Amino acid sequence: MTARGVVLLALLLAAAPAAGQVASFAVTGDAIAAPLEGRVGNAARGAAVVRNRETANCLICHSIPDATERFMGEVGPPLAGVGARLTPGQIRLRLVDPTLLNPAAAMPAYHRVDGLANVDPRWRGRPVLSAQEIEDVVAYLATLGD
Amino acid sequence: MIRAAAGFALLACATLAGAAEIRPSRDYLSPELRAQQDDPSRHPGWLWVEEGEALWRRGARSCASCHGDIAGMRGVSARYPTVAADGALLNLEGRIERCRTEHQGEAAFGYESEPLLSLTAAIAQRSRGLPVSVATDGPAAAFLEEGRRLFGMRQGQLNLSCGQCHDDNAGRRLRGDVISNGLPTGYPAYRLEWNTLGSLHRRLRACSLGVRAEQFPLGSPEYLALELLLAARANGQPVEAPGLRR
Repeated sequence: MTARGVVLLALLLAAAPAAGQVASFAVTGDAIAAPLEGRVGNAARGAAVVRNRETANCLICHSIPDATERFMGEVGPPLAGVGARLTPGQIRLRLVDPTLLNPAAAMPAYHRVDGLANVDPRWRGRPVLSAQEIEDVVAYLATLGD
Repeated sequence: MIRAAAGFALLACATLAGAAEIRPSRDYLSPELRAQQDDPSRHPGWLWVEEGEALWRRGARSCASCHGDIAGMRGVSARYPTVAADGALLNLEGRIERCRTEHQGEAAFGYESEPLLSLTAAIAQRSRGLPVSVATDGPAAAFLEEGRRLFGMRQGQLNLSCGQCHDDNAGRRLRGDVISNGLPTGYPAYRLEWNTLGSLHRRLRACSLGVRAEQFPLGSPEYLALELLLAARANGQPVEAPGLRR
């Protein structure tokens, strides 16, 4: 393949997810500092996404400080105080793709479509959460301070 | 200090969390469900056992006409899946279907059909309490390796391997359910979520769906290989079939 061909292929590969439903982002340290696609998160919407069993289903593994929620999971760490422990950028990275930080992380990547095996055809090429939903969840989790 | 250490060890055993060792599925059941699993009079799975025992005796070329009383099936299901003489990996369902078509001259029941579930439950029940003892060497070795690959592979949109839940997080709660070691010993099992008896492969399809992975067909080579790996993980553990599950 010519050098020009390689560059073209690389451009195509880079463009493919963006043409789909995954936003591009830059990692700085253990964070994605900039909001995805420059979107503004809404904490109330994020609180709904976190509880939604059909999408993020965060509470299957995590607990939140809400006495009215029953049967919350304990596989992941409790989310109480996460907004004090982590910056919004650090939360964003962990939602988008925790394996960027720890390749063995059990937590799913919520905004990634590449490098996944044997995905149900109904979900192939689609991230679990959209860029807007990621920003909404970041906004909500940032409110869970001490 | 020794007493405190012993107390801590007991506590660690009691919670099961992050247990590296494989524990029987019954250890992960609630005390209520465990008691119900042990009591045929309160266990709906016994309806299938009774139907299966009737099927065992039914017809001119019945199972009983070759095998005798079903009591002779004691220990058989503990050795499945196993590799047949022709090199195919067979689970108990597959063995029953072969008997149907090759020796009884009947059409196969079909996976997840009521008669196949019933016969499977009745035969498996005869091994209840006996230790699983599947062969993992010889012709089984290649199937086992494929099963191990599937067990360890991150799959689906949620990018999870079987082991990330059933090894690394066994004993922890996923919503209201305690994650078990994923042993196949209770199957076919009556699952409250299904409100009926179902096969291990039906349960595996639910796991695939849960991580948003492609679901393989019932009786597929993928689930058969995985079943062998799960049975190998359960070697030495008691058969619980018919199990009772949430």
